[in-house]
Amino acid sequence: MTQHHDDGEGISRRHALECMIWAGTGVLWTVSGGVPVSLNLLGAAEAAEAQASGFTFLQISDSHIGFDKAANPHAIDTLKEAIGKVKALPAKPAFMIHTGDITHLSKAAQFDNADQIIGGTGLDVHYVPGEHDVIDEGNGRAYIERYGKNAKGAGWYSFDQNGVHFVGLVNVVNLRAGGLGNLGAEQLAWLADDLRAVSASTPIVVFAHIPLWTVYADWGWGTEDSTQALALLKRFGSVTVLNGHIHQIMQKVEGNITFHTARSTAFPQPAPGTAPAPGPMTVPAGQLRSLLGITDVAVRNGGQELAIIDSRLSDA
Amino acid sequence: MTRTSISRLLACALVAGGSTLLLPETGHAADAPRVRIENFSFEPQTLTVKAGTTVVFENDDDIPHLVVADDKSFRSKALDTGDTYAFTFSKPGDFAYFCGLHPHMRGKIAVSP
Ligand SMILES: [Cu+2]
Repeated sequence: MTQHHDDGEGISRRHALECMIWAGTGVLWTVSGGVPVSLNLLGAAEAAEAQASGFTFLQISDSHIGFDKAANPHAIDTLKEAIGKVKALPAKPAFMIHTGDITHLSKAAQFDNADQIIGGTGLDVHYVPGEHDVIDEGNGRAYIERYGKNAKGAGWYSFDQNGVHFVGLVNVVNLRAGGLGNLGAEQLAWLADDLRAVSASTPIVVFAHIPLWTVYADWGWGTEDSTQALALLKRFGSVTVLNGHIHQIMQKVEGNITFHTARSTAFPQPAPGTAPAPGPMTVPAGQLRSLLGITDVAVRNGGQELAIIDSRLSDA
Repeated sequence: MTRTSISRLLACALVAGGSTLLLPETGHAADAPRVRIENFSFEPQTLTVKAGTTVVFENDDDIPHLVVADDKSFRSKALDTGDTYAFTFSKPGDFAYFCGLHPHMRGKIAVSP
């Protein structure tokens, strides 16, 4: 289990602080003015207290239903295991978010299987699409018909829960040759409008499939117009950005914004630059479940800080 | 890369078995120039052919890819492992294309008269 405690006040006082958690190694490091410093980890007791006084929500990502290659011939089974972990959580989450790549090939049967398994939690689920969810004949129509009833454009929307403003963004459509993920002018205009009425003290959670910061441009792991979205989020005291796509945990704190990517429930991908290309990574039997997992996020009442707690499928 | 060579061989076997079914009737599967998609790149990155040539794109990766012309003049469906897409380049010129799912992947078909 990897835990990260984001102390909003401490971070805003520091200049250009960054921290990252690398999946598999469990190493947490920060850089402040070029000097690595360790961050406080959220203790189990603190996590429990946060859950008692606030609420939690659950993030799953990259379930890739339909994937059956060597890296995980049974992606459907590992999603079932992940959902089993959600059901077994001591504190019931208020809802779930799924940060995309629900399916592998946008097929109706794959969406059906995902819905049936994820629906087993009985929780509300807020989805955003991954690029694998918009490759049906209609270039995303299947996704919108299923999940986009209350959404705008290609499937973006916002909602409020216990004083936290949540924004689901879509950065996997209309991709440009040579580019990265893309939000587009229409969505950015909507975002500016959506945030206008939200007070600066309201905690914001933004979620989208592809990371909204550049993790590794050579592999397309970033969003080309994310700086415009992040500029709109600058005035808020606490912003948490949750992404998927890269199938590993990566975290960065910059000013008021904490970026975090979740593990997949289907298959791992290599760490940036450690392989000729991204894509499904086949690991020795017995290691797969230590590289797959779910993410639990605790929000304290009246507090700005969110605790992000990743757990592996292999965790007891 | 930790992908096993067995999966690579399997993927190639699937390509060999499936490609003829997906080719247009006028195409010659064995003769058609090919662009192979492997490790998130198009091989060869630039392919030179004569006008009127049908080019076959085949996906040998464990992840789908999608071939799209920069000028939108052609666009494949999502190609799963082993799938192929054939397009006939009738006009001379340079046709740049990219992957609609992973747009950092780029290639070019140079069509001579
Ligand atoms: Cu691709």
